[in-house]
Amino acid sequence: MTSDMLSKTNWKENFPPLVIVSGLLLGAAAAILVKLGNPGNMGFCIACFERDIAGALGLHQAKPVQYLRPEILGIVIGAAIAALTRREFAPRSGSAPVVKFLLGVFMMIGGLVFLGCPIRMVLRLGGGDGNALFGLVGFITGIALGVIFLRKGTTLGRSYKEQYPLSAGVLPLLAVVGVVFLIIRPGIFFASEKGPGSMYAPIWISLTAGIIVGVFGQRSRLCFAGGLRDMMLFRSSHLLIGLIAVLIAVLISNLALGQFNAGFDGQPAAHQDYLWNSLGMMLVGLCAILLGGCPFRQLILASQGNGDSFFAVFGMITGAALAHNFGLAASGKGVPAAGMIAVGVGLLVCVIVGLTAREN
Amino acid sequence: MTIQPVTVDARGLSCPVPVIKTKQALEKFTEGELVVLLDEEVAKENVTRLAGSLGYTVQITEKGGEFILTLRRGRGK
Repeated sequence: MTSDMLSKTNWKENFPPLVIVSGLLLGAAAAILVKLGNPGNMGFCIACFERDIAGALGLHQAKPVQYLRPEILGIVIGAAIAALTRREFAPRSGSAPVVKFLLGVFMMIGGLVFLGCPIRMVLRLGGGDGNALFGLVGFITGIALGVIFLRKGTTLGRSYKEQYPLSAGVLPLLAVVGVVFLIIRPGIFFASEKGPGSMYAPIWISLTAGIIVGVFGQRSRLCFAGGLRDMMLFRSSHLLIGLIAVLIAVLISNLALGQFNAGFDGQPAAHQDYLWNSLGMMLVGLCAILLGGCPFRQLILASQGNGDSFFAVFGMITGAALAHNFGLAASGKGVPAAGMIAVGVGLLVCVIVGLTAREN
Repeated sequence: MTIQPVTVDARGLSCPVPVIKTKQALEKFTEGELVVLLDEEVAKENVTRLAGSLGYTVQITEKGGEFILTLRRGRGK
């Protein structure tokens, strides 16, 4: 390799165009979706939107957070299409799916104590919400702990190609069915009359934004936990640059659209309990490392046929139902005691998994 | 005497584990070549990127959905 080629490789490694474009698109789309009706700093939020879907399906009865979010359905469809065109659409599983389900449950509980997934954490930062800084500190701490486990050899084991090719199609098919019913019979789903679930951009715009983000997310491998993880493990900024791109895009878009509001007080769907903002995201970060990706990445992987990630996604939906049925989720007022206990239990479960999951 | 290639079998392991295993093998690696077995596109991309960043050349062979990556020291680190 000549030195010219090497420097070119390094340049692309440090500023991967596809990752940057994907991040910029996600950040800008998120700000526009808020302008068009989505809740504040919630253009995209995998945790919040899967929670809303759990509500729409009647899995929990928290009336303000029920809506079959087209963004999620779009991400699934977009990622499946992108994977199909790249021969990456294939069923595989076998890497401790039951544990991944459990980690999905706790990743959601951590997200609902902070009030957002890693994407929304970045969107909140880009909207001026200072409380999200404490979430970021916790998230980085959780990832750092996960990286210690990874260095010591923690892994949930190998996955294998499945024999039955159609199993990869189940989640994309469910998403298409969801879109069809949302268009022809929206009344069959539970839907909020007030609260965040009643705030949404027009369906077609949400769906299109989801599809675009799904396509780019699959192609770029964008992962909000992976960015920090790879920086710590390999000093690789490849994915981290995507996270920074989201932050820059949403910040500029929010400023342009008059949606930037710096401060700690009165931020949309946020509380000011600094410790639990931090510990909630710490749990999310640690779960994400053990799972091999953040909630967004799990959704993308599940959409291209990864059965283990499918379990993680449905673990998250179950976690949302549990969080709202048993009073674990935070609100603008703060974090209930049961939510604090659940985060503690989740961290303990993660540590046990981290210490015991080894390749034999 | 020919030097036997060292093999890392990272098939089915999700990222970043294939990259960690490759990196650990490269740290112990003195001469010859390192063969990495993978079965996912994303792992192939990540291991190739790591090898490139450490100054190794990578030769990739695809066989039945699996990848055989052969890493050789290109320029010195």
